[in-house]
Amino acid sequence: MKSEKPLGGRIFTIPFTIFFIIALISLYFLGKRFVLGLGAVTNLNDGYPWGIWITYDVVVGTAFACGGYATALLIYVFNKREYHPLMKSAILTSLLGYTMSSVAVFLDVGRYWQLYNIFLPWYGNVNSVLFEVALCIAVYTFVLWFEFAPTILAKFNLEKLQAALNKIMFILIALGVLLPTMHQSSLGSLMIVAGHKLYPLWWSSFLPLLYLISAVMMGYAVVMVESSISTLRYKLPDETEILGKIAKVLALLAGIFLVLRICDIALRGHFELIFKGDLLGNIFIIENVLLIVPVCMLAIPSNRKKPRVLFLSALSMMFSGGLLRFNSYLVGFNPGNGWHYFPAAPEIIITLGIIAIEIMVYIWCIKRLPVFQKA
Amino acid sequence: MEIRRRDFLKVVAGTTAMAVSPSLSFASSPGKKRLPGAMGMLYDATLCIGCEVCMVACRKANNLSPQPTGIQKLWDNPKNLSFETYNIIKKYQNGTGKVKDNEINGFSFVKSQCMHCVDPSCVSACPASAMTKDKETGVVSYNPEACIGCRYCQVACPFNIPKFEWDSPFPEIAKCEMCSHLQAKGEIPACCSECPTGATIFGPVESLLIEAKRRQNMEPGKYYYFPANSLKSGKTNEKSASKYIPRIYGETEIGGTQVLMLSGVPFNKIGLPDLPDRSYTSISENIQHTLYRGMILPVIIFGGLTYLVAKNKNNNE
Repeated sequence: MKSEKPLGGRIFTIPFTIFFIIALISLYFLGKRFVLGLGAVTNLNDGYPWGIWITYDVVVGTAFACGGYATALLIYVFNKREYHPLMKSAILTSLLGYTMSSVAVFLDVGRYWQLYNIFLPWYGNVNSVLFEVALCIAVYTFVLWFEFAPTILAKFNLEKLQAALNKIMFILIALGVLLPTMHQSSLGSLMIVAGHKLYPLWWSSFLPLLYLISAVMMGYAVVMVESSISTLRYKLPDETEILGKIAKVLALLAGIFLVLRICDIALRGHFELIFKGDLLGNIFIIENVLLIVPVCMLAIPSNRKKPRVLFLSALSMMFSGGLLRFNSYLVGFNPGNGWHYFPAAPEIIITLGIIAIEIMVYIWCIKRLPVFQKA
Repeated sequence: MEIRRRDFLKVVAGTTAMAVSPSLSFASSPGKKRLPGAMGMLYDATLCIGCEVCMVACRKANNLSPQPTGIQKLWDNPKNLSFETYNIIKKYQNGTGKVKDNEINGFSFVKSQCMHCVDPSCVSACPASAMTKDKETGVVSYNPEACIGCRYCQVACPFNIPKFEWDSPFPEIAKCEMCSHLQAKGEIPACCSECPTGATIFGPVESLLIEAKRRQNMEPGKYYYFPANSLKSGKTNEKSASKYIPRIYGETEIGGTQVLMLSGVPFNKIGLPDLPDRSYTSISENIQHTLYRGMILPVIIFGGLTYLVAKNKNNNE
């Protein structure tokens, strides 16, 4: 039987050093944020109180981190054993994605020193969508750490603990499927209350369902992209066959998503907004073309055997899902009254720093921990 | 091993029910009703002369620092509501701008402040219950001890009222709290007590609605008495009635507000958005409550998932 092994090799490669430098620069601006306030490093304002930290680091970030969720769904709920080789690396990216999102939330909230108020029963507001999202993401981040713990324990030869954890693992995995189902749909519900401030192409009472399907899609797309890159970069065994199977599931989901999306807009009577030729109409078209093209490509069986097609289709779907989130949180959001927002340079650098740290930890993990199956 | 069709269907049905049912149960639960003891304000743009005394009064009552703008920064002149400005008078102008309360070639003033919604988005949105609606008066207030600074109240508010302290390392949210500290002493909000023309008056929302309807039935050009400061003050001003837009802003908008507005110029021209009668809050709360009432649905799904995972995991190993 094949088993997972550390990939080994040097940690401080040239790309790693570049990520390291970006992370250092972002630390400087973070210092500024904590001494002078959010206004000193961001372009956030009273009209656009949420910028790229929430939109990218949290909303898009956790959707990119749905690989673990989507893969667990296939393996443990639909009992598709053949996908098991992808599980560990998918859990790792999910773990890093969610942990970094939690860090981003901490940096973004103004009154971080009392962030724990949400968890106090006398302060927590059960009517609030954000309360549910925050609680769910916090618990899920813990669950992911426990799901990944055996891999870390293996490095330190703690077999007893590993065995104990393995006994309750089924509960963790079940939670790991339930919690993202809850909060990934709620990330869509969050914008319902924005009402007239969100452009009708994105405001819909179906946002929770659309976000949920989209999150599962992004999960599979990320797994495909990540496997393709790792296979190339670290010369791992070829996984094209298994990825081709995932691609089939992905194309099916994307088809359902598109039908729902278009029907919803048509039924609400906003179909003509798509072809108005303005920025919002056009960006909606781009968002959906990035989905339609890969669906058409992947619908052809022979294409699902070509690594290049699989990689590019998955990448395109990742972008489409990212755009959906950017559009419904920022581009399509207009508070009126002349407010506008474009992220400030330090704001972007902090986001890049978070991504850099995420990648650095990922590289360390796969080189030092048994994550990938080696031939 | 094949997927068991029945297991597959159970999970699919469960998870889709979680996401679909709320979207379909759209029609139920119409949102919150007006409180019988709700206190509010009536702002009548046709009576407002733009003197901005209410803005000065608001500053004094709430200890807010002046906001000088322009090159010399000589006097208080805020451009917008902000962390230091809870109340502002703005001007609408069209064409020659000569006739008061005319949409074309006219002008009008408009007061901007927290509307104290019947079903407030900020209260529903706040994850830490920092925004609360008083159970008696319906005044919406803010508690910095609870606030985590997430700013979801700002995203949620249809009128963009809550303001954040962007340039502080220890920021708070700020907005009009209808001078609840003065109301506690039996006084009325500062902007109402200082308004010289009766453009802004204080009172129980039910009585204010009756007063607003009385004004809408007035014959334009004829002289009438208008109460000043509050409905109970006994003070009145005599003035010829203007031609009103036949609508009381806040009567039904977004489930109703406790600050009501009358105007001679269409409301969307003076910066008040066209809003549906149903509050957005009731839509999102409906979704949340359908899914998470008593956590029954999540627990059932969790049970099903645990069973499936335990079974499949054993098969795998």
